[in-house]
Amino acid sequence: MSTRLANGGRLVNRDRAVSFSFNGKQMRGFEGDTLASALLAGDQMLVGRSFKYHRPRGIVASGAEEPNGLVNLGSGDMFEPNARVTTTEVFDGLQAGSQNHWPSLEFDVGAVNAKLSRFLPAGFYYKMFIHPRPLWKHVYEPFIRQSAGLGKAPKDRDGERYEHFYAHVDLLIIGGGIAGLVAAKAAIGSGLRVLVVEQTAAWGGRAPVDGAEIDGMPADQWVAQTVAELDAAENIEMRTRLMGAGVYDHGYVLGYERIGDHQPGASLPKHRLWRIRAGHVLTATGAIERPLSFAGNDVPGVMLASAVRDYAVNFGVSAGDRTVVVTNNDDAYRTALVMKEAGLDVPAIIDARDGGAGALGAEAEAAGIRVLKGKGIAKVKGGKRVTGVATCAMAGEGTPQEEIACDVVAMSGGWSPVVHLWSHCGGKLLWDEHHAFFRPDPERAPTGAAGEAFVSVAGSANGAMALANVVVDAAAQGVAAVKAAGGKAAKVAVKAEAEDMAAMAPVWMMPQGAKYELRTKMWLDYQNDVKVSDVQLAAQEGFESVEHTKRYTTLGMATDQGKLSNINGLAILSDALNQPIPQTGTTTFRPPYTPISMGAIAGEARDTIFQPLRKTPMHEWHDAHGAHWEPVGHWRRAYCFQQPGESVEDAVQREVKNTREKLGLLDASTLGKLIVKGPDAGKFLDMLYTNMMSTLKVGRCRYGLMCSENGFLMDDGVVARLSEDTFLCHTTSGGADHIHAHMEEWLQTEWWDWKVWVVNATEQYAQVAVVGPKARKVLQKLGGLDVSRDALPFMGWAEGEIAGIPARAFRISFSGELSYEIAVPANYGQAFWDKLIEAGEEFGVMPYGTEALHIMRAEKGFIMIGDETDGTVIPQDLELNWAISKKKEDFIGKRGQERVHMTDPDRWKLVGLKTVDGSVLPDGAYAVSEGSNANGQRNVIGRVTSTYHSPTLDRGIAMGLVKHGPDRMGERLEFPKVDGTSVHAEICDPVFFDREGEKQDV
Amino acid sequence: MKRYSAFAVAREAFRHHAGWERAWRNPEPKKSYDVIIIGAGGHGLATAFWLGKNHGITNVAVIEKGWLGGGNTGRNTTIIRSNYLQDPSAAIYEKSRSLYETMSQDVNYNIMFSPRGVMMLAQTHHEVRGYLRTEHANNLQGVATTFVGPEKVKELCPIINIDGPRYPVLGALWQPRGGTARHDAVAWGYARACSDMGMDIIQQCEVTGVRQQGGQVTGVDTTKGAIDCKKLGIVVAGHSGVLADMAGFRLPLESVALQALVSEPIKPCMDVVVMANTVHGYMSQSDKGEMVIGGGTDGYNNYTQRGSFHHIEETVRALIETFPMISRLKMLRQWGGIVDVTGDRSPIIGKTPLGNCFINCGWGTGGFKAIPGSGWATAEMIAKGEPGPLAAEFGMDRFKEGRFIDESVAAGVAH
Ligand SMILES: Cc1cc2nc3c(=O)[nH]c(=O)nc-3n(C[C@H](O)[C@H](O)[C@H](O)COP(=O)(O)OP(=O)(O)OC[C@H]3O[C@@H](n4cnc5c(N)ncnc54)[C@H](O)[C@@H]3O)c2cc1C
Repeated sequence: MSTRLANGGRLVNRDRAVSFSFNGKQMRGFEGDTLASALLAGDQMLVGRSFKYHRPRGIVASGAEEPNGLVNLGSGDMFEPNARVTTTEVFDGLQAGSQNHWPSLEFDVGAVNAKLSRFLPAGFYYKMFIHPRPLWKHVYEPFIRQSAGLGKAPKDRDGERYEHFYAHVDLLIIGGGIAGLVAAKAAIGSGLRVLVVEQTAAWGGRAPVDGAEIDGMPADQWVAQTVAELDAAENIEMRTRLMGAGVYDHGYVLGYERIGDHQPGASLPKHRLWRIRAGHVLTATGAIERPLSFAGNDVPGVMLASAVRDYAVNFGVSAGDRTVVVTNNDDAYRTALVMKEAGLDVPAIIDARDGGAGALGAEAEAAGIRVLKGKGIAKVKGGKRVTGVATCAMAGEGTPQEEIACDVVAMSGGWSPVVHLWSHCGGKLLWDEHHAFFRPDPERAPTGAAGEAFVSVAGSANGAMALANVVVDAAAQGVAAVKAAGGKAAKVAVKAEAEDMAAMAPVWMMPQGAKYELRTKMWLDYQNDVKVSDVQLAAQEGFESVEHTKRYTTLGMATDQGKLSNINGLAILSDALNQPIPQTGTTTFRPPYTPISMGAIAGEARDTIFQPLRKTPMHEWHDAHGAHWEPVGHWRRAYCFQQPGESVEDAVQREVKNTREKLGLLDASTLGKLIVKGPDAGKFLDMLYTNMMSTLKVGRCRYGLMCSENGFLMDDGVVARLSEDTFLCHTTSGGADHIHAHMEEWLQTEWWDWKVWVVNATEQYAQVAVVGPKARKVLQKLGGLDVSRDALPFMGWAEGEIAGIPARAFRISFSGELSYEIAVPANYGQAFWDKLIEAGEEFGVMPYGTEALHIMRAEKGFIMIGDETDGTVIPQDLELNWAISKKKEDFIGKRGQERVHMTDPDRWKLVGLKTVDGSVLPDGAYAVSEGSNANGQRNVIGRVTSTYHSPTLDRGIAMGLVKHGPDRMGERLEFPKVDGTSVHAEICDPVFFDREGEKQDV
Repeated sequence: MKRYSAFAVAREAFRHHAGWERAWRNPEPKKSYDVIIIGAGGHGLATAFWLGKNHGITNVAVIEKGWLGGGNTGRNTTIIRSNYLQDPSAAIYEKSRSLYETMSQDVNYNIMFSPRGVMMLAQTHHEVRGYLRTEHANNLQGVATTFVGPEKVKELCPIINIDGPRYPVLGALWQPRGGTARHDAVAWGYARACSDMGMDIIQQCEVTGVRQQGGQVTGVDTTKGAIDCKKLGIVVAGHSGVLADMAGFRLPLESVALQALVSEPIKPCMDVVVMANTVHGYMSQSDKGEMVIGGGTDGYNNYTQRGSFHHIEETVRALIETFPMISRLKMLRQWGGIVDVTGDRSPIIGKTPLGNCFINCGWGTGGFKAIPGSGWATAEMIAKGEPGPLAAEFGMDRFKEGRFIDESVAAGVAH
């Protein structure tokens, strides 16, 4: 059984007990425990079930590479699936539950899959369920889907909060093991801003566990001293629980900090996402131990040798009473020694190498541990827990030789440098024959804008395995990194004794000649249930690329992303293809290094502040007066103002009527207001608009159209000339930002030598449309600016004070009524609005919203960008030829509009549409003609672009685009509805109301 | 080739699966072929498949610089739908969707087409009107879609928050017969079927030049030597501009990175595909349990197959707004593909200035769904020398003539 040892545990505080629960069972641990160590301390080795066969799964590793120990945590809005036990710190009250089983962890019905495993080899689903066709959709897929997934889906919205943080540093060191710390020493006093990050809660990495000495002191002491020294350096910031998650172009690095995870209820954010821009990145991310492939290597109790040692040394937890070590390298001998020293049984070290180990071998034998050389494991005994192993000759086919009882198998297949961060942004790898691993190729580093390497690597991540080599490499890499970041490097001299180690021997399958039965029991990917036989089958079937094999077998696609399985898997593949490993290569390393929460990615931007919310100065008033809001870009606009008990539709109809008969106010502040200024402003606007703008007189307004290069109408609005060299261009509400960007793009890329400046002044002004027969009266009542017909004629503008408020009044109309659009400085907006409402009372003033605006413009046959246009419509389609200058040599879109399809007489043109029965035409309906086209689709000859019930005419009115429309006045068209019936409408003039424009020009 | 079936799997189970053959041969190139297709992505392989199936042309090589299906075909989020607005698009996408329905049987490979339904949310009035228009258009095009209200949205996908504080859901365009398929299986299924018809799929072989004489194509130069052909099809997605350059013409398209990500797998909680264009993101749940998520393209051109993180941020934000529960899931992996985007966001299928050289490209962010139909249409064009009705509108000349097939009209995100 696994249990807490009487002594030891450098990371736990035995004075502070914590209690937590697992599957409802109360358990105890210590502060400093991970959930994994606390579970093991309570003899809970079995923690989950595998994905495909629902095999019992125990803890294998002690860090981020753990593939099995995934649990759900918490409940309600704190429920979190798939939390890794090895990286979850325990706290008082933590609730954990195992996943992917029914009805219970111990007894799981899904385990029947394991019995059927011979029918479920890699890719079986591609070969089955093909016939009969309907069964896939109705039977097989639903069944497969039901068995998908690991953890349960959270139900509630998230009760936690997250935040983002920006950091700009010259040098970022990722990894706080010995290598990272040694390298950081080079930055002391370098004048660089340096950030050192470590994903776990403790500095020092593996060396303290291995009992190493550095500079003549125990590693723990050296680490404490060095961290203190670095902490004291003003230019260096040290952070734990902060993982380097991804490296992107131009030194952009993502950091993932766990803040509230281990201290819930402290009202801290759960996670903080660091967005780091680094001049240079040094990764000192260490190495991960590899499993060995022998039959039954997935039985709970089979663990990485380093993990067994970690639990004993770091947490004072023994994974079991009797540990058999199986290895192909010296390092795992340390585990045997640690366990022995803890007073536990180590019946044997099974070493695949004929020669056995170096000095550690002698030490083990001196400690009375039996060492079997040139041997392997034929088979692990046990179901939910290891009960023993059968040994065999490494060279043979796996004939069992001797049975050794044990409850833990500590395995080591060698180590692989953690090269993920190096690789994210294009760093390449080379194959190191001696250690049988991939390590960074210093000649092919990720490069920055100037072609210089911006990532380097130090220590084990760089392939230096023995501590003596790590400190030397890290010192050199640290100095180089400081220099690369433009600093002056400090001298670094750190010493560690070299050890006498025998070379490791690659072992990809144990024993070498294992028969098929054994190979079907050798797991490569524990979570996804991928076995040696699966990879071999993939190779047999021609999935020769490592990417094909990965996808076909799902090797390395589980939540650990193959940290344990990838190298072993591709070695098996290489062997099956009879090619050297480097020729097979690796799959691509993709961010993040380990999964990061979606909450952290989104940060604070949730709910109401999910995007910036733009409010006009009158927003609060609208809100208090029944505004029915609609989102328009980031703005909110009132769709209508509902009176108590009134429906939205009724409100809209009332607003139209009131405006046409009396007086309406529209908050038009969202309208884009771009100020274009400079000696070349007129010339510039002549290029941007289809109309001639340079001839506009100061004091006058002109309605203008803007097209894309392809000739399509993209925005419209009124341009006012404020002074000789200044224009104010109104854009649509949705268009302000992109038209501004559009102007800048032309100015910056094509006409960079024109003297023009553009400023987006949209938010500087509140703008109110004062509309209706009483519009002039109310303004005159407020007093100030002369708004009489003569002083301020239609399409003119004037500046002055109205009711004592500085204002600019534009005599323009989008409703067909007498109308003034009045801009006041934004901070006067509400005051001005209040005055209008107050003064307007006697005239029957009412605010109106966007829908009334739309209806009134449709009654007048005015087009609306986004309704009559959709990116495929040119002004000529809309009978706007009058707004296209014939005199100008060029404007954006002119050439586009001359292309054959644009001048085609068959283009659909703007018309009005009146239903025969007075009803409202359905939005988006198409008009059909006889027959179908070559692809069997009904022939269409037109469509509805805007359709409303007109309160003024009390009938349905619509605008549409129809083939030869203007020549077909009075003709009837058929518009099929989606319910199978049709509506018929007559083509008419699009101006339904006040054709002569008498009302607006009074 | 031995057929795949449950029976075959059972038979092999009793002999250690020793009897499975290679899914496709790995041949050395012959000296010459009737047709060479460059690019063993979905579109290239489907083209080859229909050349054989519909036109009896099997002396075909498909040349791939990497591993087959390793381009965008193996990187996309697998949404299949045909609720497009413009007639030519609806025709080819609907053809394609219907071919997906029978593809597993056509190629004897389970591609796991899952018609679970695709829902495109309307979150502004403008969007509502846009989708009502699409619904009308689809109705006349023979594409079954309906506009549904918010309650139906909630019923079809309970994890959607329909009354979020910023963009409450006003309805959705619902295509019940849209869905997803297993992307790798589409490539593998076609590859196996093509290989079985005697076609050569030549992997790890990059085309480095296009040979021509008197304005007619005569073959290609590759890293495995020169290979002759009578007709050439260029079907290389993100690298189309590079190949066009070799053939001596220019294409009206740009290559940009499009990214996607998946969460860790969780138990089934979402049975439909949901696209939310106002907030810009879309999501579905794979048969493995991962939430498959995508968003927009990067704003700059590149060929690196990786993208910037800020897009991921925006997409995830948008989706947490739409599906608040995903906030507690974790992102497992992000990746990118290089998509070839034309001026009107519609593909190019057509002849080129070089005689007997045809091109299929420009599928941009949304061509996975088009694979079977596009292959069908491209094969017809190569076999007959002229595009048929499905491809007719998609020629390159449309950019000269201004005859665009603009789909961005209907939706901001086109996957
Ligand atoms: C992240 C992402 C998400 C997407 N989501 C969806 C979605 O949900 N739904 C949808 O319908 N579509 C989606 N797409 C788009 C879809 O993936 C593509 O439109 C489609 O896969 C393109 O297929 P293809 O065969 O044309 O290209 P590819 O699959 O890219 O194939 C082109 C092939 O040409 C090869 N090639 C290039 N140059 C050469 C050369 N010189 N010599 C030889 N071979 C060469 C490449 O190696 C590649 O294999 C998405 C794309 C991405 C990147």
